[in-house]
Amino acid sequence: MLFRQAGIFHTDYAADRALFPIPADRWMIVILLVLALAAPLYMNTLYLSSYMLPWLVWTAAALGLNLILGWAGQFHLGYAAVMGIGAYSAVHAQRAGIPWEIAIVLAGLMAAAIGSVFAFAALRVKGLYLALSTLALQFVMDWTISHVPAISGGTQATLQAPDIRLLGWPVTSDAGLFYVALVWCILVTTFMLNLRRTALGRALVAVREKDYAAAVIGVNSFYFKLVAFATSSFIAGVSGAVLIGTFYHAVTPEQFSVDISIQALAMVIVGGLGSIIGSYFGAAFILLMPGLMNAFISWLAAQFGFSLGIETLAHLPHALYGALIIGFLLIEPLGLGKIYGNIRDYLLVWPFGYVKK
Amino acid sequence: MDSMLLLESAINGALVGLMYSLVALGIVLIYKSSSVPNLAQGSMTMLAAYIVLAFANNAGAPLWLAIVLTIVTMFGIGVGIERVALRRLAGRPIIMILMMTLGLEIFLRAGSMTIWGGTSRPMPLGISDAPLFLGPLLINRAYAVGAAVAIALFVLLVLFFRTRIGVVLRAISDDYTAAWSVGISVERGVALSWALSAVVATIAGVLWGSVQGVDQSLAQLLLKGVTVAVLGGLDSIGGALLAGVLLGIVEGLASIVLDPLLGGASRDLVDAAMLILTIMLRPHGLFGRHDIERV
Repeated sequence: MLFRQAGIFHTDYAADRALFPIPADRWMIVILLVLALAAPLYMNTLYLSSYMLPWLVWTAAALGLNLILGWAGQFHLGYAAVMGIGAYSAVHAQRAGIPWEIAIVLAGLMAAAIGSVFAFAALRVKGLYLALSTLALQFVMDWTISHVPAISGGTQATLQAPDIRLLGWPVTSDAGLFYVALVWCILVTTFMLNLRRTALGRALVAVREKDYAAAVIGVNSFYFKLVAFATSSFIAGVSGAVLIGTFYHAVTPEQFSVDISIQALAMVIVGGLGSIIGSYFGAAFILLMPGLMNAFISWLAAQFGFSLGIETLAHLPHALYGALIIGFLLIEPLGLGKIYGNIRDYLLVWPFGYVKK
Repeated sequence: MDSMLLLESAINGALVGLMYSLVALGIVLIYKSSSVPNLAQGSMTMLAAYIVLAFANNAGAPLWLAIVLTIVTMFGIGVGIERVALRRLAGRPIIMILMMTLGLEIFLRAGSMTIWGGTSRPMPLGISDAPLFLGPLLINRAYAVGAAVAIALFVLLVLFFRTRIGVVLRAISDDYTAAWSVGISVERGVALSWALSAVVATIAGVLWGSVQGVDQSLAQLLLKGVTVAVLGGLDSIGGALLAGVLLGIVEGLASIVLDPLLGGASRDLVDAAMLILTIMLRPHGLFGRHDIERV
């Protein structure tokens, strides 16, 4: 139908290793890129800056978490803390007069350095115990960020982030900020797309499947766990810095609390472990869901003439969000990415459903 | 530093720690039978406290009856959670199971908030605020009652594990495949352990509710419960009790020593540090079973 294929038959290795082996996929990517680049032209600035922009930055962040969770198979419940480290580093660097381009790289490096501490936990333990120790590290880092005045400026303080300047040009318009987020998201996506065909990506998958077995075939599992944690922390740190620079414009400790870690985890789980397109879906789903739910509930309330208290309205989206995580795990554990994959595989060779895909 | 003050806070800390053990016991019961780390134990505690209040205030039952009714309700909720959510995940990667309990945590916490709202309510157990005097030491009466209940519950659980059903649960926790092959219904055993831990959550919810009021903060007992459970060994009931005492004492002393240095709120930091140290130094806890992993 859409794809006009009767199966995937490659005649050379280059075609087999291509990022997007099917022409229809390549066209889709080109169209999506054009649509994204032209978004400021046809999109209302409200949608652009309050939906598209956070979606892109959170997608980049979710991809970083997917690297550690979906590829390397290491639990990370302290992801938001690492993002927070990046955010605070960038803001402090900027306030010290360092240009934003360098500040976000510094933020990433700082996050990678501190985030690697999580890797030492991963060396010692795994699975459940790793999850719990990263959760504890999240609490320690939250505490440190909010209680050390040199970092946060006091427990209740909000640090104003200076405006972004790229190569001396101030970036303040909604479209400019959107492009910054878009470029970062595309960079991370490209990295993740290529990761699966590099030695590093294969080594990470080997470590995920069984670290002892990986060690037996000569993959240094500790080294690759360390690399995975450092890389994903770098992505987290820069994403945190970009999130502050383009979206929040100010940084407080609550923006990176344990709830946000769980939210990032939910993006990856709902999107699908190890799925890149899934991270896009997951981030969109988790970000948009509460607002849509609220609108839907108030529409229902108006429709059927019942009224809900403010507190009910405030907590109901959260309850549904928990229910959705439960529902996804029960019905489609591989998430939205897998659902997309199923539909695509079906349409790929439609109507020849029996063809090997 | 005044040694009497330290002793007093150590004793009160030990009593609080025993109350933490109540939350940890629920986690241990579930982990023992099914190796599922229940991160929803904190919100189950909170849910139970809200249900008690609903029975007592809205339905007008006397408090003791409300507690009994809640125990029955929570028994059913525990079985239901296992049946609906956890049974289908058996054998899946630990990542999925942890995420499921996290999802349950969010669902139960936000669900109770949706129904009952977030304002803190009192749980009138009728324990007087006047402290107990132990020589020159002042002991918090509510903590003492909570600690006594925790110890009583521990004794009951030890006795329970000597009954026929208890032996079945022990067999499941030893080796569930072997238990299965001799005709034990593992599913029912696991469901029973969820039910028991929901009942323990009720008791914890009532006691903690009377100490700090019934609101969202009850769900935050999860961190303490997890720390105690890991420190004691995730499959050791006695370990949970002792680790509770230990954590309580460390917390009590640390808050006296560290609070002036760090500007308050050092308790959570101490918990997190204890959790990290335990996992780094002795992942299977003080009394837990040391798992051997095979490739």
